[in-house]
Amino acid sequence: MDSALSIHRLHFAFTVTYHYIFPQLTMGLAPLIVIFKSIAIRTGDERYNRAARFWAKIFAINFLFGVITGVPMEFQFGTNWARFSQYAGGVIATALAMEGVFAFFLESSFLGLFLFGEKRFGARVHWLAAFMVFVGSWLSGYFIIVTDAWMQHPVGYQIAADGMAHLNSFWSLLFNEWAIWQYIHNMGGALITGSFVVAALGAFYLLSRRQEEYGRMFLSLGVIVAFLASVFQLWPSGDRHGQLVAKYQPITLAAMEGLFHSEEGAPIVLVGQPDTDRQQLDNPIYVPKALSFLTHRRWEAEVKGLNEFPRDRWPDNLPLLYYCYHIMVGLGTIFIAITTSAAFLLWRNRLFSARWMLWILMLSFPFPFIANTAGWITAEVGRQPWIVYGLLRTEQGFSSHVSAGNALFSLIGFMGMYTVLSVLFLLLMWREIMHGPEFLSARQLRPGVGIMPDRTSRREGV
Amino acid sequence: MVIAYVLLDGFDLGAGIINFFVARNHHERSLILRAIGPVWDGNEVWLLAAGGALFFAFPLLYASSFSGFYLPLMIVLWLLMLRGVGVELRSHVDDPLWWSFFDFLFSFSSLLLAIFFGAAVGNVIRGVPLNSEGFFFEALWTDFRLSPYPGILDWYTVLIGVLALATLTVHGAHYIALKTEGDICNRARRVAALSWWALLLLTVLSLVASLYVRPQALDNFHLRPWGWIIPAVVAASLIAMPFFHTRERDWPAFLSSSAYIVGTLGGAAFSMYPILLPASTDPRYSLTIHNAKTGAYSMSVGLIWWLIGTALAIGYFTFLYRFFSGKVSLDEDGY
Repeated sequence: MDSALSIHRLHFAFTVTYHYIFPQLTMGLAPLIVIFKSIAIRTGDERYNRAARFWAKIFAINFLFGVITGVPMEFQFGTNWARFSQYAGGVIATALAMEGVFAFFLESSFLGLFLFGEKRFGARVHWLAAFMVFVGSWLSGYFIIVTDAWMQHPVGYQIAADGMAHLNSFWSLLFNEWAIWQYIHNMGGALITGSFVVAALGAFYLLSRRQEEYGRMFLSLGVIVAFLASVFQLWPSGDRHGQLVAKYQPITLAAMEGLFHSEEGAPIVLVGQPDTDRQQLDNPIYVPKALSFLTHRRWEAEVKGLNEFPRDRWPDNLPLLYYCYHIMVGLGTIFIAITTSAAFLLWRNRLFSARWMLWILMLSFPFPFIANTAGWITAEVGRQPWIVYGLLRTEQGFSSHVSAGNALFSLIGFMGMYTVLSVLFLLLMWREIMHGPEFLSARQLRPGVGIMPDRTSRREGV
Repeated sequence: MVIAYVLLDGFDLGAGIINFFVARNHHERSLILRAIGPVWDGNEVWLLAAGGALFFAFPLLYASSFSGFYLPLMIVLWLLMLRGVGVELRSHVDDPLWWSFFDFLFSFSSLLLAIFFGAAVGNVIRGVPLNSEGFFFEALWTDFRLSPYPGILDWYTVLIGVLALATLTVHGAHYIALKTEGDICNRARRVAALSWWALLLLTVLSLVASLYVRPQALDNFHLRPWGWIIPAVVAASLIAMPFFHTRERDWPAFLSSSAYIVGTLGGAAFSMYPILLPASTDPRYSLTIHNAKTGAYSMSVGLIWWLIGTALAIGYFTFLYRFFSGKVSLDEDGY
């Protein structure tokens, strides 16, 4: 592999992986904030308002980091992937530009209103602001998925005389079958992250005996949503998304499953290490015939293995693809197990005293982030060696006139920058968690500097 | 869209630049941040939207210029990050050391950003070494002279960078004067008055330099005489600025610096038309609105959704600015 190409790939992979830590949480939290806000209006219980405000602050910090790390993503299409942008810009730039005008303005304006406008506009407008932030963040995700879905499964385009892709059907781009199921699967993942984080913090508050009232509130909502989302993520969303992969990217499916040779009644491998040189799976533990059933709905159906396809069309990092896919599915299964038991305990009214379960919930919050990231790596490494599936290979898409040295310069720069951002992020999150919802009262949320009302200035100012 | 970004983010960049001159203590610096606090990230979103619109309308121009200006863009990205962190996180911890660190970060990154944005405009006017495929790559600097293979920074682009710095300083000072009162407001007015002289000098200098670098700039004015309105607007707004700020009329002063920005950028665009990115190698390689634009279908569909989307966006913004209008103070009920 050309070294400049690898550095450009690593550049994008690193920055996008880091970036997606934040949006998955904001997209997951947004509907939960709307739920807290709705309960507050329905019951008139001020505690739910405080909960909404608390999570809005967590949301706002994550939103800030999402914006800061998101700007480089849009730039990198041009800086590092100029040839791809020239080739595909006639199609995907429509989706990206639509994200800008439709979703970003919506989200950022109403977030400002939500954070600073509660006193002036009252409860109903405040609810509306929360709802619009939710719509904005989910819309934003949709346009990004439309872009990615076109790279996975190009539709609604024609290749013009100059050899570039041009859009010829706006609606088929926007309602690409792939985009719809990928979006549903992705948002299910974001909800799992959001609800696990809410539940984990609830468990932390109960276990550490602080703000226990809110701990119970967070646990109840978090566990219910996490349970629904985890089940939904397996069926229908994961199942349907998987069928699209089987239909349009059979090579990717074979690589994900580590299926080197075509087989009738193909098994699903739970654990095992792929050996690409000898084309076999070492130490496999598997469920017989399951893969055939899942892809074709028949136990004896034949699933095509990698041997049916030319080697130069195989995903170029097969072990990474295989492991990420298995990590995603494995964690998804564990999430179902955890949330089913937690939801059962909640239903029997025993969750709040079941310390073993609280420990599990508290410690499980990093895993949805890992599962979401692994899922994205599965999708994008699975797309290789294409940058636009079947149309443009990755080595034809990067900025070949930007040298490896220059790309490495900025990659190292980003690594340094993101190290600083990580430290700041953890520090801020820790402070907010330690303050908790009780720390907030309505009068502190007023127009101020940035996200958090400036307490010192009030002391000085009055 | 680009002009909207420059106007809106321009004043908060300017506010950052003058932060250290105008505000003498923590209290006053908080005020400045409060003046731009609720709106700065919305303004930054305009940058994203402008980037998206550029990518959409002229994919080749986007691909070519972003990869060609690789190094300065990466530096701009880092500066934008530092600045975003500086504005937002300053108030999160009550500690003087924390504050001074983020104040410095905010001012320093604002200052460099202003220069870099100016230098970018300078590069576009001067031309870049495009090859026959429409791509190029520029080092940060070579010998600071105008050769066919120049660096990002040469004497001309640095001059335009400094001009941008002066412009945004005046613009930011007007905004701060508009949003504050008392000492800080007076100091902002004084900064505006002083930096106006620099702005005047630099405007004349860079006008002469631009005509030297790009003599064909006048052609369009001969072809379309109505274009002379643009330099007239620039001159009028330049005269209007001291006229208004000596009379302490902050709104008209702010509007005149806005008109100045629109005028200079509009004038540059007008004199280049139809070229978007001129080639310093061979004029035939220049990117024009004809060879860089997207397909006719996506352009016509785009016009529809773009108009709808922009109308909505302007709606939210008007609402937000009205909501946070008026002078800022740190009093309980003040905004």
